[in-house]
Amino acid sequence: MTLIDHEAELSRASAGGGGLWASPAYFLRRYPLGAAGAVIVLVIVLMALFADWITLFDPTTTDSRASLASPGGAHPLGADFMGRDMWSRIVYGARISLAVGIGSTALGCLIGVSIGLMSGYFGGWFDLVVQRFMDMLQSLPLLVMALVMAAALGPSISNTIIAISIPLVPTVARVIRSNTLMLREMPYVEAARAIGMNEFSIAVRHVLPNTLAPLIVLGTAQLGSAILVEAALSFLGLGIPEPHPSWGRMLSESAAEYVRTAPWLVIYPGLAISLAVFGTNLLGDALRDLLDPRLRH
Amino acid sequence: MTETSLAHKVATRKSESRSDDGAEALLEVHDLRTFFYLRRGVLKAVDGVSFSLRRGETLAIVGESGCGKSMTALSLMRLVPEPPGKLVGGSVNLAGVDLLKLGEQAMRGVRGKDISMIFQEPMTSLNPVMTIGTQIAEVLLLHEKLGRSAARRKVIDMLHLVGIPEPEQRAKEYPHQLSGGMRQRAMIAMALACHPKVLIADEPTTALDVTIQAQILEIILELQNVLGTAVILITHDLGVVAETAQRVIVMYAGRKVEEAAVGELFARPLHPYTRGLMASIPRLGLMRGAGIDTPGRLQEIPGIVPPLTNLPPGCAFAPRCAFADERCRMQYPAYEEKRPGHWAACWRSDTLYGGGDG
Repeated sequence: MTLIDHEAELSRASAGGGGLWASPAYFLRRYPLGAAGAVIVLVIVLMALFADWITLFDPTTTDSRASLASPGGAHPLGADFMGRDMWSRIVYGARISLAVGIGSTALGCLIGVSIGLMSGYFGGWFDLVVQRFMDMLQSLPLLVMALVMAAALGPSISNTIIAISIPLVPTVARVIRSNTLMLREMPYVEAARAIGMNEFSIAVRHVLPNTLAPLIVLGTAQLGSAILVEAALSFLGLGIPEPHPSWGRMLSESAAEYVRTAPWLVIYPGLAISLAVFGTNLLGDALRDLLDPRLRH
Repeated sequence: MTETSLAHKVATRKSESRSDDGAEALLEVHDLRTFFYLRRGVLKAVDGVSFSLRRGETLAIVGESGCGKSMTALSLMRLVPEPPGKLVGGSVNLAGVDLLKLGEQAMRGVRGKDISMIFQEPMTSLNPVMTIGTQIAEVLLLHEKLGRSAARRKVIDMLHLVGIPEPEQRAKEYPHQLSGGMRQRAMIAMALACHPKVLIADEPTTALDVTIQAQILEIILELQNVLGTAVILITHDLGVVAETAQRVIVMYAGRKVEEAAVGELFARPLHPYTRGLMASIPRLGLMRGAGIDTPGRLQEIPGIVPPLTNLPPGCAFAPRCAFADERCRMQYPAYEEKRPGHWAACWRSDTLYGGGDG
């Protein structure tokens, strides 16, 4: 795509002539990979939302006759050794993955944004203390930190969300803080002071909304890691407890015993995890390019 | 030291009494001192500035970059970044209240309500993610007891008043959808929304297109007449001063060096620095007046402003002044009334320009 094309696309997109579909169409042309990622994410979201309509079996109902049924027939993706339908478990697993992924990312962002904003805007000793604490948190890799948290909290869905969200906090807080450090020097912050607004309102009304673009990018990127960490925790038995279907635990249940005899028990959950992470990462990359302030005009 | 500060005190007391016998003074600034405590020393950004402002008057503060004119404005608003800055002394009396003695909470009630400010950069003085209307409404919601819809109506009235076409439509737009001139109009609308007593305009036209500058100044002056606002116009553009102000203060290195009515100042500048500023304005006659082979050269003031952390003991302008003598270099000149209503701080103005007896 040449520069001229790019300019034309930009002007067409900003003119908004095509109505509702102009921006998606622009996104598709400009970021085909990102669009693919968006489609993958959308499919997973739809799967999670309409799980009841697109599955025939309850994901937790066992059926001894269908034990280790190969793919095809009534069980399009086969069944595990307890005869639970793999397709149902994958589809309902999307619910768990998304709930945990989005929940922990949102929680992590909420805490991270509050800390980052306060730390960056008000500075001083609070900033110093909080940032050293963030250094400590960040010195451990995401998975290790989540492992420690999950082991301490015990397995349950809400604990898994908390365990994954805490290691996300320092990353978010860092990004928001560095943005805030820049934004608090903007003339419109000074102008807000000049109309008599108090510092807290300025931070929330004038600084915070301007940090949302990087936050969206970061959130999307972190969503992929959160899904992956959930799978890893569940694989290790520290994440989502029975009977909820989790992609990670589905892998761990079958990996050792059935990988040769019933490979579909490993392939499909693995594929689901890979696709979900791949899709969110592609989307995150495209959003980063799209919202990069250097590309804005 | 003792002699100069004494002279300074006498001078400021004189200027105070002078403003008393004039019409009622709305804003009275006395001996304002704003210092910055930096690692390399104390930077005296504003050092003993006094002036008064009457209702509906326009006062211009002129000087080079870094002469303390913007810091004077920020000091009046109590918006000097602290630390490293500090308002070390003086008083700012607005309608009988000393702003420097107010608590932060009370001061917030004054900003935007009694004193407001227009900034130099209309491009970045508006928040890019908020609509114009929302931003102007903020000042109304902060200071006036207005509901959202009443504030909305008032915003549209203000936008109309500053000459923005289709105000209903524009109020819903974001800053990037407006031109520089339109944005500065929006800033003026925001600054004047609560009908402040004093408007500080810090280089309001510097960042704008020349063709827009005149329009913006005209709007400020027009609204000043309508609302009775007193304006402090901070600028380095003497052309703007001549068109708009009634009185002018010339600042150099954090201090007032000259003050006079605008006509008097342009007719008879008494400080060599003011003369230098005037000589450095491009004029049409400059080229014509010179010979055919030797095109007239624009005069510049030689040298640069001395570092404010390390000012010379005498007149701060002495190192750049063609007429400076030993006394100028050793002793800070008294700030005194050289002619009726015309004050200057220069040892040699009498001999140079015959200021004493007119």
